Amino acid sequence: MAGEAAERRHLLDVDDLTREDVERVLETARSFSEVMRRPIKKVPSLRGKTVVNLFYEPSTRTRLSFEVAAKRLSADVLNFTASTSSVEKGESLKDTALTLRAMGVDAVVIRHPVAGTPWLLRRWLDVSVLNAGDGMHAHPTQALLDLFTMRERLGDLEGRTIAYVGDILHSRVARSGFKACLAMGMRVVAVAPPTLLPPVLPEGVEVSYDLDEVIPRCDVLYMLRVQKERLLEGRFPSPQEYSRFYQLNLERLRAARPGVVVMHPGPMNRGMEIASEVADAPHAAITAQVAAGVAVRMAVLFLLLGMGERGD
Amino acid sequence: MGFRIKAKVMEEDDIRRAVRRIAHEIVERNRGASDLVLVGIRTRGVPLSSRIAEAVASIEGVEVPVGRLDITLYRDDLHTLEQPVVRETYLPPDLEGKHVVIVDDVLYTGRSVRAAMDAIIDFGRPASIQLAVLVDRGHRELPIRADYVGKNLPTSREEKVKVALKEVDGEDAVYIGYPD
Repeated sequence: MAGEAAERRHLLDVDDLTREDVERVLETARSFSEVMRRPIKKVPSLRGKTVVNLFYEPSTRTRLSFEVAAKRLSADVLNFTASTSSVEKGESLKDTALTLRAMGVDAVVIRHPVAGTPWLLRRWLDVSVLNAGDGMHAHPTQALLDLFTMRERLGDLEGRTIAYVGDILHSRVARSGFKACLAMGMRVVAVAPPTLLPPVLPEGVEVSYDLDEVIPRCDVLYMLRVQKERLLEGRFPSPQEYSRFYQLNLERLRAARPGVVVMHPGPMNRGMEIASEVADAPHAAITAQVAAGVAVRMAVLFLLLGMGERGD
Repeated sequence: MGFRIKAKVMEEDDIRRAVRRIAHEIVERNRGASDLVLVGIRTRGVPLSSRIAEAVASIEGVEVPVGRLDITLYRDDLHTLEQPVVRETYLPPDLEGKHVVIVDDVLYTGRSVRAAMDAIIDFGRPASIQLAVLVDRGHRELPIRADYVGKNLPTSREEKVKVALKEVDGEDAVYIGYPD
């Protein structure tokens, strides 16, 4: 994430990164996972830098993960939660950005329900902006931590097959994940009922409505959270019917390849998109994803903030 | 950055003798090798530390644990690097009460050694930390000195010292020269 492009001081989506950049993030993250096993899990690399977590949407794991990552690099962390801030009094995003700029922060991690907000923020701030999820659009650090987790389990990802299963229409995890997996030379299958698929998918993504047909040829089964609020939109008839066709249960797992990796971005609806026994099975890499999240976010912060002024 | 050679200051045999002498000095000063740990600073400190460990084993018949340390995360000049690359670090699990010898190829400003000491202390509390270098070229910016030196090499700041080791560079030699 060095280099000529001014964009490289930010991480807005996976498209910002070349394959070489992705490799560098994953390699650096591997070193940071070693730091996390030390007695003192902290290094001084970002001492004196300030990172703000600007969260306009509820989040536990992503916010905590960014917070832990920044603290383990010795950065100072400010947490901003919209519901307990002046946003409640009507302060605009632009005014919040100007306040942060005046305070001299070095990086802003933003999560926002509206797609494109991190790009807007980048126009007002001359510091690094990291997208921690914008609307239904992108979630680049999730895509990177998923690649890291898959690589730890499977080794080289070239030619491997991943199925994203479930609510792809509303999933920023899947949107960034598609791009990241395709960029690493993986085959990608989107498995969902037609009502939960977006009208357009990236070139190269195969579509299937039949999970049972897809499972035996996959190296990774990536189960997406069913957003229960979507039930009200009438996207599928009932939770029972959804589970019958799209839940990963033990019976379906038996049809999978022996070393198949089961992933989920969390939080899980046990018994809905994933059976509880599957979530706890050795195939599941769900807690490994959480650990990878800290290492990958440390790597991203380190690579974006650890370098000198680049004249941009 | 390129390198224009002015002179070859150590040959393969010189390096071999220096490593052996350092091993003897380490054993003598620590009264044996039972509580020793050698830690090589990446990159060339790593093969040097393995060679010293082999020499100690041949002198004392004791296998000394050897660690590898990447100091990138502890550098105080991180902001000057175009693209920092972090590599693997491995230290033996228990440093408590051990005599840790940091091994590096060249001692110059002392900043790498300071970073290495910070890193080692994050892993545990050794009884002592000592420093072994193949070449001491002077120009310290911190109050740090080496306990074991292969060769003292007075240099000007404009000069560069390049240590080549078979494991990394395919030959054993030390050159003095200028950046191209």
